[in-house]
Amino acid sequence: MTSVEAATAAFLKRAEKEGLIDVSYTTVDTPVGPLGVATTDAGLVKVALHPDEEPFLEELSTHVSPRILERPAKLDDVRRQLDEYFDGKRTTFSLQIDWQLSHGFRRMVLEALFSQVHFGQVVSYGELAKRVGHPKASRAVGTAMATNPVPIVVPCHRVLQAGGRVGNYGGGPEMKRQLLTHEGALLA
Amino acid sequence: MTLPPFQAVLDEHRHGVHRYLVASVGIHDANDCFQETMLAALRAYPSLQHDDNLGGWLYTIAHRKVIDAVRARDRRPVPVDTLPEHRIELADLGDGEVWSVVDDLPPKQRTAVLLRHAADRPYHEIAAVLECTEAAARQNVRAGLARLREEMSR
Repeated sequence: MTSVEAATAAFLKRAEKEGLIDVSYTTVDTPVGPLGVATTDAGLVKVALHPDEEPFLEELSTHVSPRILERPAKLDDVRRQLDEYFDGKRTTFSLQIDWQLSHGFRRMVLEALFSQVHFGQVVSYGELAKRVGHPKASRAVGTAMATNPVPIVVPCHRVLQAGGRVGNYGGGPEMKRQLLTHEGALLA
Repeated sequence: MTLPPFQAVLDEHRHGVHRYLVASVGIHDANDCFQETMLAALRAYPSLQHDDNLGGWLYTIAHRKVIDAVRARDRRPVPVDTLPEHRIELADLGDGEVWSVVDDLPPKQRTAVLLRHAADRPYHEIAAVLECTEAAARQNVRAGLARLREEMSR
Protein backbone atom coordinates (compact mmCIF):
# COMPACT_ATOMS: atom_id res chain seq x y z
CA MET A 1 0.00 0.00 0.00
CA THR A 2 1.39 3.43 -0.90
CA SER A 3 1.50 5.99 1.85
CA VAL A 4 -1.43 7.95 0.37
CA GLU A 5 -3.52 4.76 0.34
CA ALA A 6 -2.54 4.03 3.94
CA ALA A 7 -3.39 7.59 4.98
CA THR A 8 -6.75 7.38 3.17
CA ALA A 9 -7.59 4.08 4.87
CA ALA A 10 -6.69 5.54 8.27
CA PHE A 11 -8.84 8.61 7.55
CA LEU A 12 -11.86 6.46 6.62
CA LYS A 13 -11.50 4.41 9.77
CA ARG A 14 -11.45 7.50 11.97
CA ALA A 15 -14.30 9.15 10.03
CA GLU A 16 -16.43 6.10 10.67
CA LYS A 17 -15.48 5.99 14.35
CA GLU A 18 -16.40 9.65 14.75
CA GLY A 19 -19.74 9.11 13.01
CA LEU A 20 -18.89 11.52 10.17
CA ILE A 21 -20.03 9.33 7.28
CA ASP A 22 -23.74 9.79 6.58
CA VAL A 23 -24.02 7.73 3.40
CA SER A 24 -21.91 4.76 2.23
CA TYR A 25 -22.23 3.41 -1.28
CA THR A 26 -20.86 0.84 -3.67
CA THR A 27 -21.69 -0.89 -6.93
CA VAL A 28 -22.97 -4.48 -7.07
CA ASP A 29 -22.73 -6.56 -10.26
CA THR A 30 -25.89 -8.49 -11.05
CA PRO A 31 -27.40 -10.31 -14.03
CA VAL A 32 -29.47 -7.18 -14.79
CA GLY A 33 -26.35 -5.01 -14.79
CA PRO A 34 -24.42 -3.07 -12.17
CA LEU A 35 -26.57 -1.59 -9.39
CA GLY A 36 -25.61 1.43 -7.29
CA VAL A 37 -26.52 0.81 -3.65
CA ALA A 38 -26.33 3.27 -0.77
CA THR A 39 -26.96 2.95 2.94
CA THR A 40 -27.29 5.21 5.98
CA ASP A 41 -27.22 4.13 9.62
CA ALA A 42 -31.00 3.68 9.32
CA GLY A 43 -30.82 1.23 6.42
CA LEU A 44 -30.77 0.87 2.65
CA VAL A 45 -31.65 4.30 1.25
CA LYS A 46 -31.08 3.99 -2.50
CA VAL A 47 -30.79 1.44 -5.28
CA ALA A 48 -29.80 2.93 -8.64
CA LEU A 49 -30.64 0.70 -11.60
CA HIS A 50 -28.31 2.56 -13.96
CA PRO A 51 -25.64 3.99 -11.65
CA ASP A 52 -23.49 5.23 -14.53
CA GLU A 53 -26.26 7.28 -16.13
CA GLU A 54 -28.23 8.29 -13.08
CA PRO A 55 -26.93 11.11 -10.84
CA PHE A 56 -27.90 9.13 -7.73
CA LEU A 57 -25.03 10.40 -5.59
CA GLU A 58 -26.08 13.99 -6.36
CA GLU A 59 -29.62 13.11 -5.32
CA LEU A 60 -28.30 11.69 -2.05
CA SER A 61 -26.09 14.74 -1.55
CA THR A 62 -29.05 17.09 -1.94
CA HIS A 63 -31.65 15.14 0.00
CA VAL A 64 -29.66 13.19 2.59
CA SER A 65 -26.14 14.57 3.12
CA PRO A 66 -23.01 15.34 1.06
CA ARG A 67 -20.94 13.29 3.54
CA ILE A 68 -20.95 10.39 1.11
CA LEU A 69 -18.11 7.90 0.82
CA GLU A 70 -17.55 4.74 -1.17
CA ARG A 71 -17.29 1.91 1.33
CA PRO A 72 -18.13 -1.50 -0.10
CA ALA A 73 -17.75 -3.25 3.29
CA LYS A 74 -20.71 -1.31 4.69
CA LEU A 75 -22.86 -2.92 2.01
CA ASP A 76 -21.66 -6.51 2.35
CA ASP A 77 -25.04 -7.67 3.63
CA VAL A 78 -26.91 -5.93 0.82
CA ARG A 79 -24.54 -7.42 -1.76
CA ARG A 80 -24.87 -10.90 -0.27
CA GLN A 81 -28.67 -10.75 -0.28
CA LEU A 82 -28.78 -9.45 -3.85
CA ASP A 83 -26.40 -12.25 -4.93
CA GLU A 84 -28.64 -14.81 -3.23
CA TYR A 85 -31.74 -13.31 -4.81
CA PHE A 86 -30.28 -13.47 -8.31
CA ASP A 87 -28.94 -16.99 -7.64
CA GLY A 88 -32.51 -18.07 -6.84
CA LYS A 89 -31.63 -18.78 -3.20
CA ARG A 90 -33.55 -15.91 -1.67
CA THR A 91 -37.14 -14.76 -2.16
CA THR A 92 -37.41 -12.19 0.65
CA PHE A 93 -34.98 -9.42 1.49
CA SER A 94 -34.41 -9.01 5.17
CA LEU A 95 -32.94 -5.54 5.10
CA GLN A 96 -33.72 -2.37 7.02
CA ILE A 97 -35.02 0.29 4.63
CA ASP A 98 -34.33 3.97 5.20
CA TRP A 99 -37.47 5.50 3.66
CA GLN A 100 -36.39 9.11 3.93
CA LEU A 101 -36.34 9.72 0.16
CA SER A 102 -40.04 8.86 -0.05
CA HIS A 103 -42.90 10.75 1.60
CA GLY A 104 -46.62 10.70 2.32
CA PHE A 105 -48.87 8.68 0.05
CA ARG A 106 -45.99 7.40 -2.09
CA ARG A 107 -44.19 6.05 0.94
CA MET A 108 -47.36 4.42 2.27
CA VAL A 109 -47.88 2.64 -1.07
CA LEU A 110 -44.24 1.51 -1.24
CA GLU A 111 -44.32 0.19 2.33
CA ALA A 112 -47.49 -1.77 1.54
CA LEU A 113 -45.86 -3.16 -1.60
CA PHE A 114 -42.73 -4.13 0.35
CA SER A 115 -44.65 -6.02 3.04
CA GLN A 116 -47.49 -7.51 1.01
CA VAL A 117 -46.48 -8.35 -2.56
CA HIS A 118 -44.12 -11.29 -2.46
CA PHE A 119 -41.74 -13.09 -4.80
CA GLY A 120 -43.59 -14.58 -7.75
CA GLN A 121 -46.72 -12.47 -7.26
CA VAL A 122 -47.91 -9.52 -9.34
CA VAL A 123 -50.56 -6.84 -8.79
CA SER A 124 -52.00 -4.13 -10.99
CA TYR A 125 -51.72 -0.44 -10.19
CA GLY A 126 -55.47 -0.47 -9.47
CA GLU A 127 -55.28 -3.44 -7.09
CA LEU A 128 -52.45 -1.85 -5.16
CA ALA A 129 -54.50 1.36 -4.94
CA LYS A 130 -57.34 -0.68 -3.46
CA ARG A 131 -55.06 -2.37 -0.95
CA VAL A 132 -53.98 0.97 0.48
CA GLY A 133 -57.61 2.11 0.70
CA HIS A 134 -57.56 4.55 -2.23
CA PRO A 135 -59.20 2.57 -5.05
CA LYS A 136 -59.29 5.58 -7.39
CA ALA A 137 -55.64 6.46 -6.95
CA SER A 138 -54.09 4.09 -9.49
CA ARG A 139 -52.31 6.99 -11.24
CA ALA A 140 -50.83 8.15 -7.95
CA VAL A 141 -49.76 4.56 -7.32
CA GLY A 142 -48.01 4.68 -10.71
CA THR A 143 -46.14 7.81 -9.60
CA ALA A 144 -45.19 6.12 -6.34
CA MET A 145 -43.68 3.23 -8.31
CA ALA A 146 -41.85 5.59 -10.67
CA THR A 147 -40.25 7.37 -7.71
CA ASN A 148 -39.35 4.23 -5.73
CA PRO A 149 -35.90 4.98 -4.24
CA VAL A 150 -35.08 1.30 -3.59
CA PRO A 151 -36.25 -0.72 -6.63
CA ILE A 152 -35.75 -4.51 -6.74
CA VAL A 153 -35.65 -4.68 -2.91
CA VAL A 154 -38.96 -2.79 -2.75
CA PRO A 155 -40.49 -4.71 -5.66
CA CYS A 156 -42.14 -2.14 -7.93
CA HIS A 157 -41.37 -4.54 -10.81
CA ARG A 158 -44.26 -6.67 -9.48
CA VAL A 159 -46.80 -3.95 -10.29
CA LEU A 160 -48.27 -4.29 -13.78
CA GLN A 161 -50.65 -2.33 -15.98
CA ALA A 162 -54.28 -3.39 -16.29
CA GLY A 163 -54.61 -6.51 -18.44
CA GLY A 164 -51.23 -7.81 -17.28
CA ARG A 165 -49.12 -5.65 -19.57
CA VAL A 166 -45.64 -5.25 -18.14
CA GLY A 167 -45.65 -1.45 -18.37
CA ASN A 168 -42.93 1.02 -17.52
CA TYR A 169 -39.90 0.52 -15.33
CA GLY A 170 -37.08 2.74 -14.11
CA GLY A 171 -34.55 0.27 -15.49
CA GLY A 172 -36.51 -0.11 -18.76
CA PRO A 173 -39.26 -2.62 -19.57
CA GLU A 174 -36.71 -5.27 -20.52
CA MET A 175 -35.24 -5.29 -17.01
CA LYS A 176 -38.74 -5.54 -15.56
CA ARG A 177 -39.44 -8.55 -17.79
CA GLN A 178 -36.13 -10.13 -16.72
CA LEU A 179 -36.98 -9.73 -13.03
CA LEU A 180 -40.51 -11.10 -13.44
CA THR A 181 -39.22 -14.05 -15.47
CA HIS A 182 -36.60 -14.76 -12.79
CA GLU A 183 -39.38 -14.82 -10.18
CA GLY A 184 -41.50 -17.14 -12.33
CA ALA A 185 -44.26 -14.55 -12.67
CA LEU A 186 -43.74 -14.35 -16.43
CA LEU A 187 -43.03 -17.22 -18.76
CA ALA A 188 -39.53 -17.02 -20.18
CA MET B 1 -27.02 23.99 -4.31
CA THR B 2 -25.75 20.43 -4.54
CA LEU B 3 -22.27 19.72 -3.24
CA PRO B 4 -20.47 16.85 -4.96
CA PRO B 5 -20.36 13.69 -2.83
CA PHE B 6 -17.36 13.93 -0.50
CA GLN B 7 -15.90 10.88 -2.24
CA ALA B 8 -15.45 13.01 -5.37
CA VAL B 9 -13.51 15.64 -3.38
CA LEU B 10 -11.36 12.91 -1.86
CA ASP B 11 -10.70 11.26 -5.23
CA GLU B 12 -9.79 14.52 -6.91
CA HIS B 13 -7.56 15.94 -4.21
CA ARG B 14 -6.08 13.23 -2.01
CA HIS B 15 -2.91 12.71 -4.04
CA GLY B 16 -2.20 16.43 -4.34
CA VAL B 17 -2.94 17.10 -0.67
CA HIS B 18 -0.69 14.23 0.32
CA ARG B 19 2.16 15.48 -1.88
CA TYR B 20 1.78 18.98 -0.44
CA LEU B 21 1.88 17.59 3.10
CA VAL B 22 4.87 15.32 2.46
CA ALA B 23 6.78 18.25 0.95
CA SER B 24 5.77 20.52 3.84
CA VAL B 25 6.25 18.34 6.93
CA GLY B 26 7.93 15.11 5.77
CA ILE B 27 6.36 11.75 5.20
CA HIS B 28 6.04 10.78 8.86
CA ASP B 29 3.91 13.75 9.91
CA ALA B 30 2.18 13.87 6.52
CA ASN B 31 0.14 10.78 7.31
CA ASP B 32 -1.29 12.36 10.48
CA CYS B 33 -1.78 15.74 8.81
CA PHE B 34 -3.62 14.06 5.95
CA GLN B 35 -6.05 12.37 8.33
CA GLU B 36 -6.58 15.59 10.28
CA THR B 37 -7.13 17.55 7.07
CA MET B 38 -9.71 15.17 5.66
CA LEU B 39 -11.52 14.74 8.99
CA ALA B 40 -11.78 18.51 9.43
CA ALA B 41 -12.98 18.85 5.83
CA LEU B 42 -15.58 16.11 6.20
CA ARG B 43 -16.81 17.63 9.46
CA ALA B 44 -17.28 21.07 7.91
CA TYR B 45 -18.41 19.93 4.47
CA PRO B 46 -22.22 20.07 4.84
CA SER B 47 -22.06 23.68 6.02
CA LEU B 48 -20.21 24.91 2.91
CA GLN B 49 -22.25 27.58 1.16
CA HIS B 50 -20.87 27.05 -2.32
CA ASP B 51 -18.49 24.80 -4.24
CA ASP B 52 -16.72 27.51 -6.26
CA ASN B 53 -13.25 26.79 -4.93
CA LEU B 54 -13.31 23.41 -3.20
CA GLY B 55 -9.59 22.97 -3.87
CA GLY B 56 -8.76 26.31 -2.26
CA TRP B 57 -10.95 25.43 0.71
CA LEU B 58 -9.37 22.00 1.18
CA TYR B 59 -5.77 23.22 0.81
CA THR B 60 -6.49 26.00 3.31
CA ILE B 61 -7.39 23.31 5.83
CA ALA B 62 -4.26 21.31 4.89
CA HIS B 63 -2.14 24.44 5.27
CA ARG B 64 -3.51 25.01 8.80
CA LYS B 65 -2.66 21.42 9.70
CA VAL B 66 0.89 22.02 8.45
CA ILE B 67 1.18 25.04 10.73
CA ASP B 68 -0.15 22.97 13.67
CA ALA B 69 2.29 20.15 12.93
CA VAL B 70 5.28 22.48 12.68
CA ARG B 71 4.31 24.15 15.96
CA ALA B 72 3.88 20.79 17.67
CA ARG B 73 7.25 19.68 16.37
CA ASP B 74 8.92 22.84 17.64
CA ARG B 75 7.43 22.17 21.07
CA ARG B 76 8.42 18.55 21.41
CA PRO B 77 12.04 17.60 21.97
CA VAL B 78 13.24 15.75 18.91
CA PRO B 79 16.02 13.20 19.38
CA VAL B 80 18.91 14.35 17.27
CA ASP B 81 19.27 11.13 15.32
CA THR B 82 15.74 11.40 13.90
CA LEU B 83 16.34 14.80 12.36
CA PRO B 84 18.10 13.73 9.18
CA GLU B 85 15.28 11.30 8.41
CA HIS B 86 12.97 14.16 7.52
CA ARG B 87 15.38 15.39 4.86
CA ILE B 88 16.02 11.95 3.49
CA GLU B 89 12.33 11.27 3.05
CA LEU B 90 11.80 14.61 1.37
CA ALA B 91 14.53 13.59 -1.02
CA ASP B 92 12.43 10.56 -1.95
CA LEU B 93 10.09 12.90 -3.75
CA GLY B 94 12.90 13.50 -6.18
CA ASP B 95 14.83 16.77 -6.27
CA GLY B 96 15.56 16.32 -2.59
CA GLU B 97 18.00 19.16 -2.57
CA VAL B 98 15.37 21.55 -3.84
CA TRP B 99 12.84 20.55 -1.18
CA SER B 100 15.27 21.06 1.65
CA VAL B 101 16.14 24.53 0.36
CA VAL B 102 12.41 25.28 0.11
CA ASP B 103 12.28 24.82 3.88
CA ASP B 104 14.31 28.00 4.26
CA LEU B 105 12.05 30.25 2.19
CA PRO B 106 9.85 32.87 3.88
CA PRO B 107 6.55 31.17 4.90
CA LYS B 108 4.30 32.63 2.17
CA GLN B 109 6.77 31.89 -0.62
CA ARG B 110 7.35 28.43 0.75
CA THR B 111 3.64 27.60 0.87
CA ALA B 112 3.10 29.10 -2.58
CA VAL B 113 5.98 27.15 -4.14
CA LEU B 114 4.92 23.85 -2.53
CA LEU B 115 1.26 24.26 -3.55
CA ARG B 116 2.30 25.14 -7.08
CA HIS B 117 5.09 22.65 -7.61
CA ALA B 118 4.51 19.77 -5.16
CA ALA B 119 0.71 19.69 -5.41
CA ASP B 120 0.22 21.25 -8.87
CA ARG B 121 -2.45 23.69 -7.72
CA PRO B 122 -3.92 26.51 -9.85
CA TYR B 123 -3.28 30.09 -8.70
CA HIS B 124 -6.84 30.77 -7.57
CA GLU B 125 -6.49 27.97 -5.01
CA ILE B 126 -3.08 29.17 -3.85
CA ALA B 127 -4.60 32.65 -3.46
CA ALA B 128 -7.37 31.17 -1.28
CA VAL B 129 -4.85 29.46 0.97
CA LEU B 130 -2.66 32.57 1.32
CA GLU B 131 -5.70 34.85 1.58
CA CYS B 132 -4.33 37.10 -1.13
CA THR B 133 -5.08 37.96 -4.76
CA GLU B 134 -4.14 35.64 -7.61
CA ALA B 135 -1.57 38.20 -8.71
CA ALA B 136 0.03 38.13 -5.27
CA ALA B 137 -0.03 34.31 -5.31
CA ARG B 138 1.83 34.34 -8.64
CA GLN B 139 4.29 36.86 -7.24
CA ASN B 140 4.97 34.63 -4.21
CA VAL B 141 5.64 31.61 -6.43
CA ARG B 142 7.87 33.68 -8.71
CA ALA B 143 9.83 35.25 -5.86
CA GLY B 144 10.20 31.87 -4.14
CA LEU B 145 11.51 30.23 -7.29
CA ALA B 146 13.91 33.09 -7.96
CA ARG B 147 15.30 32.73 -4.47
CA LEU B 148 15.63 28.97 -4.86
CA ARG B 149 17.55 29.41 -8.10
CA GLU B 150 19.86 31.80 -6.37
CA GLU B 151 20.42 29.42 -3.45
CA MET B 152 20.99 26.45 -5.71
CA SER B 153 23.50 28.23 -7.92
CA ARG B 154 25.69 29.12 -5.00
